[in-house]
Amino acid sequence: MNDATGSVNAGIPLSAEEMSKIAPGLAHDIKIKSSDVEVHYGDKQALFDVNLDIPANQVIALIGPSGCGKSTYMRCLNRMNDTIDIARVTGTIEIDGVDIYQKKIDVVELRARVGMVFQKPNPFPKSIFENVAYGPKIHGLAASKSDMEEIVVESLTKAGLFDEVKDRLEAPGTGLSGGQQQRLCIARAIATKPEVILMDEPCSALDPIATAKIEELIDELKQNYTIVIVTHSMQQAARVSQMTAFFHLGYLVEVGETDQIFTNPQDKRTQDYITGRFG
Amino acid sequence: MSDHISSAYDEDLAALKQMLAQMGGLAEEQLGMAIEAMARRDVDTADDIIEADEKIDALEMAIEERAVVTIAKRQPVAQDLRQIMVAIRISSDLERIGDLAKNIAKRTHALSGGAPRRIMTGLKRMGHLALEQLQDVLDAYSSDNADKAMEVWRNDEEIDALYNSIFRELLTYMMEDPRTIGLCTHLLFGAKNIERIGDHCTNIAENIHYMINGTAIEEERPKKDQTSMTPFEVPAK
Repeated sequence: MNDATGSVNAGIPLSAEEMSKIAPGLAHDIKIKSSDVEVHYGDKQALFDVNLDIPANQVIALIGPSGCGKSTYMRCLNRMNDTIDIARVTGTIEIDGVDIYQKKIDVVELRARVGMVFQKPNPFPKSIFENVAYGPKIHGLAASKSDMEEIVVESLTKAGLFDEVKDRLEAPGTGLSGGQQQRLCIARAIATKPEVILMDEPCSALDPIATAKIEELIDELKQNYTIVIVTHSMQQAARVSQMTAFFHLGYLVEVGETDQIFTNPQDKRTQDYITGRFG
Repeated sequence: MSDHISSAYDEDLAALKQMLAQMGGLAEEQLGMAIEAMARRDVDTADDIIEADEKIDALEMAIEERAVVTIAKRQPVAQDLRQIMVAIRISSDLERIGDLAKNIAKRTHALSGGAPRRIMTGLKRMGHLALEQLQDVLDAYSSDNADKAMEVWRNDEEIDALYNSIFRELLTYMMEDPRTIGLCTHLLFGAKNIERIGDHCTNIAENIHYMINGTAIEEERPKKDQTSMTPFEVPAK
């Protein structure tokens, strides 16, 4: 590039191959397409005109200050807002090209396809086995007892928990540590063979080691699932996601590759937020 | 740019900037003195310069340490991260500039025998151009002025052009009178040192551009130094 004194090495053009390695987002199909999404809670508008394409087999992090609309948006993706009487969602959200808000969509089936993991681990007060088996049971996914066992073992294995609990599958799920409980909830979410997993601050109640395990798991899970994660930890968003979307006051302010958002955000509000400047 | 919610974070970044300004001031002073010492063949000043280089080296270390601690504590992102990265890079350029100034000072001893006036005038002019570039680029840094940095970046051509002509002239002297080879070689190295200082200023300008805009300069770097491609022909006897 220049003489021996060296130079700034940012912005060197990359080949398409290198690009797909460092920014695989560009090479993926769109899994979820949101167009003009708006949400009202009664008279109060919580989300304004959100247009966001979420690529398949990627992790997208939704970031923004409290009340910015990121959780509201995420809850639109499996119609969790339906459970709030005063919530009204407009615009369209398509998963694999199918509008999930059309009348004929079975919401229970939708939520099996779009699983969710919450901030606080919330295992059922039942055994570890039954926690995972519950979803497949109500959705009729297992034809036999051995089928069910297979699903449970597979889900616990994928969630990176099986080795730790294989000798006590009948023990109550609530007896596990916080990090294990959260992985149990992830196993429960993936037991119904979802395509999308929504995670609402999945690590905020966990210690750094348990957090690292969940993050490692998220990285593995993205091979098979599309993952949407809401997090208040900038570092976590930077670590686990390939794309980052920044919300502020109900608007989607900026979305881009995580590498770009955390090194060179284009919008001043994004910059102020991620650098800890919001006043 | 508004302040961080954590004021200690602002203090960390301000401290880096302040240390860098101090280092820049020292490098500027050293270079200015080195040019004067060479022009006046003032060996005492030259020795002062050689001694004072330690201060610049120490500041580089201090900046690096402070930058590492800030990264570890704050996990900076975006512009903050670029600012810290760039502080490390600029401090290393300034350290090199200090070294080169020291090198020019060292040659003052070798030049005490006297040198052709025209060459000395050219060399001095080149030195002042480099000094001006350094002052401008440090101003651009402390005032976050990307346009000014770009100006410095483009102006390097002038130093290169001057270096070319001095190079050719020295070659001519040496060919005409081999007894001047020793002296002219020192002058040639002196000129090369100044030319390198210009390059370091250009580096600093590129870093300022990156710090402010988050992208590298897209234009091709102006490069007028052709001495490495200048053929040397021994005149036929």
